Order: sequence, then structure tokens, then C-alpha cells
Amino acid sequence: ISEDRGEMADTIADTRRLFSKPQNLNDAYGPPSNFLEIDVSNPDTIGVGRTRYTTYEVRLKTNLPIFKLKESSVRRRYSDFEWLRAELERESKVVVPPLPGKALFRQLPFRGDDGIFDDSFIEERRQSLEQFLNKVAGHPLAQNERCLHMFLQDESLDKNYTPSKIRQA
Amino acid sequence: MSFFGFGQSADIDVVLNDAETRKKAEHKSEDGRKDKYFLFYDGETVSGKVNVTLKYPGKRLEHNGVKIEFIGQIELYYDRGNHHEFVSLVKDLARPGELTQSQTFDFEFTHVEKPYESYTGQNVKLRYFLRATVSRRLNDISKELDIVVHTLSSYPELNSSIKMEVGIEDCLHIEFEYNKSKYHLKDVIVGKIYFLLVRIKIKHMEIDIIKRETTGTGPNVYHENDTIAKYEIMDGAPVRGESIPIRLFLAGYEMTPTMRDINKKFSVRYYLNLVLIDEEERRYFKQQEITLWRKGDIVRKSMSHQAIIASQRFEGSSNPEKTPTQSNEEDDNCSCK
Repeated sequence: ISEDRGEMADTIADTRRLFSKPQNLNDAYGPPSNFLEIDVSNPDTIGVGRTRYTTYEVRLKTNLPIFKLKESSVRRRYSDFEWLRAELERESKVVVPPLPGKALFRQLPFRGDDGIFDDSFIEERRQSLEQFLNKVAGHPLAQNERCLHMFLQDESLDKNYTPSKIRQA
Repeated sequence: MSFFGFGQSADIDVVLNDAETRKKAEHKSEDGRKDKYFLFYDGETVSGKVNVTLKYPGKRLEHNGVKIEFIGQIELYYDRGNHHEFVSLVKDLARPGELTQSQTFDFEFTHVEKPYESYTGQNVKLRYFLRATVSRRLNDISKELDIVVHTLSSYPELNSSIKMEVGIEDCLHIEFEYNKSKYHLKDVIVGKIYFLLVRIKIKHMEIDIIKRETTGTGPNVYHENDTIAKYEIMDGAPVRGESIPIRLFLAGYEMTPTMRDINKKFSVRYYLNLVLIDEEERRYFKQQEITLWRKGDIVRKSMSHQAIIASQRFEGSSNPEKTPTQSNEEDDNCSCK
């Protein structure tokens, strides 16, 4: 009977794995629970003359329970993104990533190109806006904010809304 | 007469009696260089000789006494002037007088208490040294010999595993487990991470070992964190029900034992930081303290017991007939049924 078995057991380190429950086949091969895809696409310039502006389609597909709709599609313009960013900065503790620039210089007269309605500029902006939304919508803290859900899934933005946190039952 | 360089001077050096047989240990100095020093343990006797060698033979050396000290002290870098001595022993080797020729003095500090381990850190240093001094009116001649002390611990009686469920509500739930809470410096951290809920897009997961050196007290406490190791344990996105194993060999890293409130001056603590990183580079982490201790070298007593563990690992099962000393819990854990 060896009382010092603790010491002896240590001369070769015991590196055996700890016990793990075998994974359930449905969990292993089923759809992952983290599916969230956001696209910003189909830019469309509407209006005439000085009141023209561009909107983008914001499409969302997800299986995260925190989103009320598993699929949604809304149209948003650049100033809506600015609104979202300001709301998130104020209401949440998230470090909100920057938006692509406002490009005020493109709104000055006497430009050789189409200014803010220039195709390549719109495409650049579209890509940046898409990156911005993907970064933000995947953030667990941002997902708790009412403004994010309103931006992504409500038909139109109610800028007079009462900021609040989403609570799940 | 001595300030014009005409006076007698001497070289002094300290030699240990067991210099041939005593082991040396590597210790990093403040500037990062690694040097070897004689290794001592608590309670060991420190004995040797002090050699005073006159520079100009024939001339006499007047002095106010020859002594040797054994000192253990803590030095805070932001307060260099104040050395906090926690061990201070002195032996007078010669009374004030004069030396007419080079001389050797024997000394012995019997069963010296060395309560703390030698430590050189970012903001504090704890060292032990012998200092031989020939006192003189205007300037002393002295020599220091640094030694290194290691503190050994015995196998902890209670060494519970660390097991916890953590997460962010409705986003990420994991259960992590480390097989022990106290690890020796050449130990292996064996553990696992079990995913209960994954609603974020994870890119990879790593374990970091963080050393935290704390100096100062009260409102002047200062923590210095240093990431000693980053060890990736998973690459890719896990799903619910998946278990990721951890096997982290500590011998590869330069670490010291955990030091708690040493002489009320400083602490050195170690933490395991489990970090998950998602596709947007967001980091989710959980820090857990572990206790590190230093094990003395063990004489191998039985080859058969080691062979048993090795074969169990290979076969992936435990063998109840051969291992009456293994606990039953381990038998169940390794079952491959």
C-alpha cells in the first residue's frame, strides 16, 4: 500500500482528456444557431433635382431568436445609418464602428462627375454600409437595442421612438 | 595617504565550501540576462571562506573590522533607496586592526531561514546574497555573492478542479473545466470547454497565461500584467454540444510559484484567461486564478506504476485490475463504451 501515490503519479504527467458527453447528432449536423446574414444592395436614387437621395435595400436573414422576423427587407438612406450610429453610441456601451464618410465635398457644385450619385461612389458606400451593419448587428450588446431592430426590420424609422432594451421572456 | 593611491588596498572574494557539489539555478536579472547562481533551500547552512588578498604585498592594511553578512531583501524599483531586509545575519571575522598579509576567514551561517523564493520582476526584486566587508575609515572594500533560493511545496492535499458555466445571456454559454486549481511548474493543464449555446460567429479560441505582479499597498497598489503564453486551442466555429480539449504543458514557460503578499510588499499571481474571438474580432473572455507551486525532484520509485499510466493513455481506458490505487472516478471517465 503506497501512501505516496500522489507523488508517484506525477512522475509521468497524466494528460488524459477529461470526460465529455458525446455530442448529439442533431447538434453536430444540424443548422448552426448563429446564422445571421445582412446584405446592403440595390441602390436606388429617387426624387428630382436638389431633393434627390439614394436608398439602399437592407436585407436580413437569420435564425437568431432575438430578431422577431427571420427574414426582412427594408430600404434605408445614408442619414438613417447616421441616426442608427448615433442612437447606438448614446444608448449602448458598444464601441460603434465608423460609417463611411459624408462626402460633403461631392455635394459641391461644378464637379466633373455625378457627385454623390456617381456609380462608383455609391458602390463604395454600399460596401462600407454593409460592413458596418454586419459588425454592429452581430454584437450581443447592440442586439439588445430597440433602435437596431427598428432599423433592420421595421418598415420605417420612427425617430421619436422611446429608446429601450429588448427583453426576452 | 590613501587618497593619492599610495595606500594599501585589497581584493575580497567569497567562496562557498560546497561550490563543487552545489547545484546552480538560472535566474533572469533585471536587464533580462540569464545567469547561474548557487541554489539554496530554506534551512540549509551557508558556509564558506572570505579571501582578503592584499594588492601590494608587504604593505599593511588598516581596517575597522572584517565581517560577512547574509541578507535577504526586497527592493521596490520605484523606491530604490529603501531596501526591506527580512533576513539579516552577520558574522564578525576580524576585529578592527591591521592585516599584514593576505588572509582567509572561515564563516558559517547555520540552518539559515530563507522564507521566500528569489524573484526578479518588473517592479520589484527579492534577492539573497552574502556580503563580505572590510571596513575602513574612508571607504569600505566589499564584495557581494548572490545566491538563488527556491521554495518547495509538497503535493497539495486538496486540489479541486475548476469547473464553471459562464456566458452571455442568449448568445454564448460555455462550461469550462480545468483538472486542478493548483499546478506545479512542470505540470500539465488538462481541461475542456463544452459549448452549451453558440449564437455568435466564433473564429477561434485560445488560453492565455497571465502573470500579475502587484506592488504597493492601499491606494498605491500597482498591478503589472504580463501575458506569458498564448495557446490556441480551437480554430474554427464550434456548435452546441461540442467539447474542445485542453492540454497545456507548463514546463515550456518561464514561471515562478505563486507568491502571495510576500513580507507584505508584493504578490505574484497567475491567471488562466480563456479567450474566444469572433469574426468581428470581438473578444469574450473569462479569467481564473491558478496556484503555481514548485515541486522538489522526486526519486523514481517504481517503473510499473508509470507504465500503467502510459498504457492507459494509449488504450484510452483504465485498467481496474492493475491499478488498485487509482480512484474509481477515473475508471468511469475513461470508459469508451
